[in-house]
Amino acid sequence: MENLYKSFDHLEVLKGVSLQVGRGEILALIGGSGHGKTVILKHVAGLMSPDRGRVTIDGKDVYSLRGNELEELRGHLGFLFQSGALFSSLTVFDNVAFPLREKTRLSEQEIKEKVLAVLEQVGLRGAEDKYPAQISGGMIKRTALARALMRNPEIMLFDEPTTGLDPVIAHTILDLIQWIHKERKFTGLIVSHELSRVFQIVQKVAMLHEGVILFVGTPEEIMASRDPVVRQFITEALRLPPSAMKNFYQDERLHQKG
Amino acid sequence: MFIRNLGALSLIGLRGTGRMGLFLAKTFFFAVTPPLKFSQLLKQIRFIGFQSALVIFLTGAFTGMVLGLQGFYTLNRFGSAALLGPMVALSLIKELGPVLTALMVTGRAGSAMTAEIGIMRITEQIEAIELMGLSPFRYLVVPKFLAGILALPLLTAIFNVVGIFGGYVIGVKLLGIGEGTYFGEMANYIRMQDITQGIYKSLSFGVLITWVCCYKGYHAGFGAEGVSKATTQAVVLSSVMILFWDYILTSALF
Repeated sequence: MENLYKSFDHLEVLKGVSLQVGRGEILALIGGSGHGKTVILKHVAGLMSPDRGRVTIDGKDVYSLRGNELEELRGHLGFLFQSGALFSSLTVFDNVAFPLREKTRLSEQEIKEKVLAVLEQVGLRGAEDKYPAQISGGMIKRTALARALMRNPEIMLFDEPTTGLDPVIAHTILDLIQWIHKERKFTGLIVSHELSRVFQIVQKVAMLHEGVILFVGTPEEIMASRDPVVRQFITEALRLPPSAMKNFYQDERLHQKG
Repeated sequence: MFIRNLGALSLIGLRGTGRMGLFLAKTFFFAVTPPLKFSQLLKQIRFIGFQSALVIFLTGAFTGMVLGLQGFYTLNRFGSAALLGPMVALSLIKELGPVLTALMVTGRAGSAMTAEIGIMRITEQIEAIELMGLSPFRYLVVPKFLAGILALPLLTAIFNVVGIFGGYVIGVKLLGIGEGTYFGEMANYIRMQDITQGIYKSLSFGVLITWVCCYKGYHAGFGAEGVSKATTQAVVLSSVMILFWDYILTSALF
């Protein structure tokens, strides 16, 4: 993404954002609420068009694509929405089966096998006949994740996958994302406030502040950053004294490996 | 300052009209290009048509009864009570049937359409459909649009028939006009042209209701307040446009 600008009703949200994510990498996009993280994700997915700048995926400019080309690109892309965005009139099974029924020529039996296998992966076997209104927030996120994964996307965009969930469920969702990334090696962009766990999943972190990227680097680098805005955000998000930042990260990583 | 504000308001109005025009053009495009989501279409015909039948039946019956009563007393003053049948039937077929049916469908089904699409917009379901490489128009708008075009003339026909029988109950059974006079005069005065004009009106109202209500839902603002605002706007705009368009059609067709 190069030099992205976006305004809403004269309010400039993005003021020249440039970012790069390597194939197979996951980048965590962090920053305060209302600073435009979701707006960036929606630009990558082609759901919003920038006032200036461009987003390229495999060398193709997302906003110059039309019709079949855009459809093809979206076939390689999965998006986990903040709200889950499940179709409220469909059951968990039908929600997950929806992309296969509409975009493939698989038989109903094959679809059933695939859907049940993915539901098993995300721990939702037994809930397939329930409607979104009958399941918990964590189950909604897992259903949405299963639906996003159905077409084996090469790029996954996660918009606050843990918001509104209790810490245990939030960590379960992030564990799931990590496990699926190991299995499928997708390229990912994740917006999350669960920094302690997210830093163990991602290879790169970018901090968005007031419409510009203030910092890009590895999780280790951001923890060692001397930028006062970055330090303040990280310590507040992790609820740590500033002096403990570097140690905290190393302890967490060791704990994870152990 | 005044001219500046006026200019800004005109631009907003023009932009809105242009967006509505594009929305209708896109709907027509997806309506005539396959594939048609047939199960969705059936579901919408059931919702807009079948489930509105009772309310149309009741509205038609009471409208016909009121017409029978008012028409009898008015015509009686001129010694023309025998013409009650044609008066009730013509009023219903040419005017009240299509307009009242459209207004009732707007209140019952149109508002629900806006709320449904609006909720899908604010909960990102529409974006989820787009991201699957599918067209939200094909899934959400076209089935409602076609169902509206199919259901409105049929509901109007029910309204007219029930209304004519409502007038019959009052005129013939209560006020004593002859049964043969009521229906016989009706057959003498009503032309096929009157019926087809009523059908044209109801067809165009079907387009108008689904167009306005789907558009408002599709462009609903943020949160519950955005959806409630969109629903109110859809019902008000549809109702006003039905009456406005009715006047235009009446002056052009008759």
